[in-house]
Amino acid sequence: MSEIAQPRNFSAADAGTDSAVPVLRPERSGSERLLGILVPVGMFVLAILAWHFYVTINQVPRYILPSPADVVGSLLTDWPILLPALLVTLRITFSALLLALLGGVALAILLVQSRWIELALFPFAVILQVTPIIAIAPLLLIYAPDTPTALLICSFLVAFFPILSNMVAGLKSVDHNLLNLYDLYGASRWQTLWYLKIPAAMPFFMAGLRIGGGLALIAAVVAEFAAGSAGQGSGLAFRLLEAQYRLNIPRLFAALLLLTATGVAIFGLTSLVSWLVLHKWHESALKREN
Amino acid sequence: MTLSELDRPPAGVIGQKRAVVSMRHVSKVFSSGTLALSDMSLDVMRGEFISLLGPSGCGKSTALRIIAGLGSPSSGTIDWPSSKINKQGLPEGDVGFVFQEPTLMPWQTVFGNVYLPLRLQGVSKVAARSSIIEALASVGLSEFERAYPRELSGGMKMRVSIARALVTRPKLLLMDEPFAALDEITRQKLNDDVLRLWRDTGITVIFVTHSVFESAFLSSRIVVMKARPGQVFADLPITTPAVRDDHFRTSEAYRAITDGVSHALQDAIMRGEQRS
Repeated sequence: MSEIAQPRNFSAADAGTDSAVPVLRPERSGSERLLGILVPVGMFVLAILAWHFYVTINQVPRYILPSPADVVGSLLTDWPILLPALLVTLRITFSALLLALLGGVALAILLVQSRWIELALFPFAVILQVTPIIAIAPLLLIYAPDTPTALLICSFLVAFFPILSNMVAGLKSVDHNLLNLYDLYGASRWQTLWYLKIPAAMPFFMAGLRIGGGLALIAAVVAEFAAGSAGQGSGLAFRLLEAQYRLNIPRLFAALLLLTATGVAIFGLTSLVSWLVLHKWHESALKREN
Repeated sequence: MTLSELDRPPAGVIGQKRAVVSMRHVSKVFSSGTLALSDMSLDVMRGEFISLLGPSGCGKSTALRIIAGLGSPSSGTIDWPSSKINKQGLPEGDVGFVFQEPTLMPWQTVFGNVYLPLRLQGVSKVAARSSIIEALASVGLSEFERAYPRELSGGMKMRVSIARALVTRPKLLLMDEPFAALDEITRQKLNDDVLRLWRDTGITVIFVTHSVFESAFLSSRIVVMKARPGQVFADLPITTPAVRDDHFRTSEAYRAITDGVSHALQDAIMRGEQRS
């Protein structure tokens, strides 16, 4: 991630004096950048090799700990089973995240419009947030028309709050003098929201997005454990449990591998979006200048 | 109303000159109960460079904010004899404000930040372009329209802030201790630039400061204020050479002004302390 988080363009540094010429900083040297990739990748490969040799030297049975090769083999042979499950989990996760984004941002904007709206809705927000979602899952299974919908609601509820609370904090974090400036020029409420509050809230929103994205996947899996769906339309969590019951440990690892890959992909995607939006101006996306 | 009050000319007209803005018996009580400003009257004539000088707590920033419409007076009135007034009682587009901090939007480029006042008035980017270029040129930042605030030094950010205040071609420029956070060299440079802008454009300036030297160097009139409660203590017209440069800083005339202003400020501070 460190590679993505660091813009590599020249930057005009704070010159300290009022000089009108920006100071150009050289790029990081090529060998340093290469090392930055080699060290983590090399470490990862070493860990896989250690796993492989531990299993082969100690002759650990496959149903206890499969070797990396077994896991990859299972991933290939069980692909027809795992792929549909992956797609189901992906669909639930991303639909939940999308709904959480829309709902969280819309509600945050509504909440900061008036203190009374905020006060009125605050108890509900707290109650829903502190209740463990896994404990609501059985109820949702009763009320939701089908299991995927119940899973979607679970996942949505979990992803929704970090986005909401970060967005509210962001919308309130605007520099007071900038608000004064907007007042001075007679800005409308809409102009202040669109030109000032929403851009100012972006760093907070991005933090919420990164947390929400990870939580949406976790919630989709945990809710499916609780729901225990079967047969058609089941996701990776169910395949994981099923593999455990059948002592098909390589497939369990393969399912786990897919979940991890999905998590990494979501993290990478949300971090990329965050970088794209913030890298030109926000401190969180900038390289330290000393 | 007494007879003697009836005899006075209407607010804002003194001799033949029109006031840009005139404060009449303005008081401000904060919600904490503090009397920040007590019965302040001030006529700001066209083309003046007024410094509001005083110790902290004398209400000089409060007065400036009330003139800008950022907070209403508890009593008294603000009149704009020569401006069109909007619904909020403010002369829209006729006032520019420079805060103590640059107060720039970090997600906008220099161009975007200077565009803001016109954008809020609904001017398209294309139509605003020449005004923005001109405002940036007037503060010496023509090369930097595509830079982001974080790429600029403190002095350059302040220049952007000044360009933004000038982009609507206001009649009145309000500056609230704009250079207090800058180093001495940068501050002198910016003082020179503000003075040049004032001479070239004929704009009226109200400049809040706690520096005797800054006010003596810049002003055509210095209003010394005292604290507890915030009041006008002395109103000193300054007659200075048309050209004020580094020679002026070391001249006898400059020393005479700073001596006089220093004494007035000392008296104001002592008077404020006696009351408390």
